[in-house]
Amino acid sequence: MEKKELQACKVRSAQVRLDVLKMLKWRRYGHLGGAMSIIELLSVLYTRHLRHNPKDPAWEGRDYLVLSKGHAGPALYATLAEEGYFDKELLFTLNEGGTCLPSHPDRTKTPGVDATTGSLGQGTSIAAGLGYTFRLEKSDQKVYLIVGDGELNEGQCWEAFQFIASHNLNEVIVFIDENKRQLDGWTEKIIRPFDIAEKMRAFGFYTVRCDGSSEEAIDNAIQEVKGVKDQAVCVVLNTTKGQGSPYWEAVEDNHAPKFNAEADAETDKDIARLEAWLKENGGM
Amino acid sequence: MWKLAMDGKDQELRTVFADTLNALIEENPKIFVMDADLAGASKFGKIQKAHPDNFLNMGISEANMMSAAAGMSMRGYIPFVHTFAPFADRRSLDQIYLSGAYAKNTLNIYGSDPGVCVAANGGTHTTFEDVAVMRTIPEAMVFDPADGAQLAWLIRELVPLKGVHYIRANRKNTPNLYAEGSTFTIGKGNILREGTDVLLIAMGEVLHDALAAAEELGQQGISVEVVDMFTVKPLDAELVCREAAGKKLVVTFENHSVIGGLGGAVAEVMAEAGCGVRLKRLGVNDQFGQVGTLEYLKEAYGLTKENCVKVIQENL
Repeated sequence: MEKKELQACKVRSAQVRLDVLKMLKWRRYGHLGGAMSIIELLSVLYTRHLRHNPKDPAWEGRDYLVLSKGHAGPALYATLAEEGYFDKELLFTLNEGGTCLPSHPDRTKTPGVDATTGSLGQGTSIAAGLGYTFRLEKSDQKVYLIVGDGELNEGQCWEAFQFIASHNLNEVIVFIDENKRQLDGWTEKIIRPFDIAEKMRAFGFYTVRCDGSSEEAIDNAIQEVKGVKDQAVCVVLNTTKGQGSPYWEAVEDNHAPKFNAEADAETDKDIARLEAWLKENGGM
Repeated sequence: MWKLAMDGKDQELRTVFADTLNALIEENPKIFVMDADLAGASKFGKIQKAHPDNFLNMGISEANMMSAAAGMSMRGYIPFVHTFAPFADRRSLDQIYLSGAYAKNTLNIYGSDPGVCVAANGGTHTTFEDVAVMRTIPEAMVFDPADGAQLAWLIRELVPLKGVHYIRANRKNTPNLYAEGSTFTIGKGNILREGTDVLLIAMGEVLHDALAAAEELGQQGISVEVVDMFTVKPLDAELVCREAAGKKLVVTFENHSVIGGLGGAVAEVMAEAGCGVRLKRLGVNDQFGQVGTLEYLKEAYGLTKENCVKVIQENL
């Protein structure tokens, strides 16, 4: 990736992170931790890989994005707003009655949302079905599938992975956000994940690991797996739940925190820091 | 238009299903069929052979099959999926509900061998609850066709319709009831036999028994009207209220639990409309399934002509 493109990705990440923090602070609660950990991935996908058209969200020739870890909706919404799918003001209707931005993505409600997800595991199979249609049509379209590491507790993920691997279905690019925490705490303490990349390899996937906080590393990993022929592919992203906010990374229970006075003050510091960075880097 | 043709012949409903889909795929290549390692049991292997590009064996992964089919429907494909009824309504309910119905995707589901049709597969594979479960999914349609002609018509009818459609039907030989080429209306019951004393509403596997019971009761001077309510949802509420009026008794008869099935659905309609006619629900009474032949199981759960006659006599 050239320096200019990398900078554009970084600006996008900062902007989305800023918006996620603002909208959740405004709402006083929300799925913060797992939204923050996929921001760099979404930035790289939307600025460099996904073929889509915000003016025509239903364009049949587009690539699809399936956010199987649907609770990370706020990060997707902030990204879609940046892409111009809807007005940024809508971000502040998150979870309100009648909103088009429910906590978990709903393809019937939000322009740019390709799949209804939130019941964990189901997005993996939906992506498999979508990817299989590209196979049938000999289309070069892709499905970018984002799965959580906690989500891997769900058996349906492994049903879908068997199917994807069995058919060498690299029309689906599987991303696993290994942020190491789930709702009730550390994955290691709840259901031991073992080595996720090795598990995916054992299932038949060409699997690479990368630093999920580095746009450059993510892009390199995507370029690498896109070059793979005749094998299913997976990128395991090493991330941190609450990524990009020292305060929220340190909060033990950061899956869906409520905001209190301390959280407000610390989040305001994150917001000020991000705004200052964006100002210096031409993002605002 | 439909016509009765109880010619003593029978058809394997799985063969009807597979042959009908094979014919429809010729007309519409967007039809896509999936099975979960039961293509031998469903005869969907015939589809795999004739139209390999329109078929996938998903392996023993019903949840994956339902969500993947829903994903394909997002791209304009028309999925027809098969598994045994329990693996649809119990094992894959969340997938059918969310990936399918809630997300406004299309799933045409063949849940085979419901209720006593399970025979040798026994209690673990028995569904006396599938109608009740599927009926609660918003906008879903639930069907219990009685024979091959009705099933073939139904499959064809569903092709252009979006949404979740659940068809419970035997796999094996089922006696003919309707003439080949009969047509029906989704959501409309069929009055198979006129009568003035009793309204007997049945569906699916027990319709022949219902008709035979009505015949026998007629010889005893009890006039029984028989309705085929092959669409359990949306239920033909108008027909229920209209035909119940003036009767002494309404009886529902089903290869399903009396809780939440046809009997439950009719009870809801009659109570809310204030029909003022007594209702007796004949079906499975809050029991689990078991193993045995179809005949043994029908006897065990009282799903026979004889028991239908007895229940009507006792309740009149």
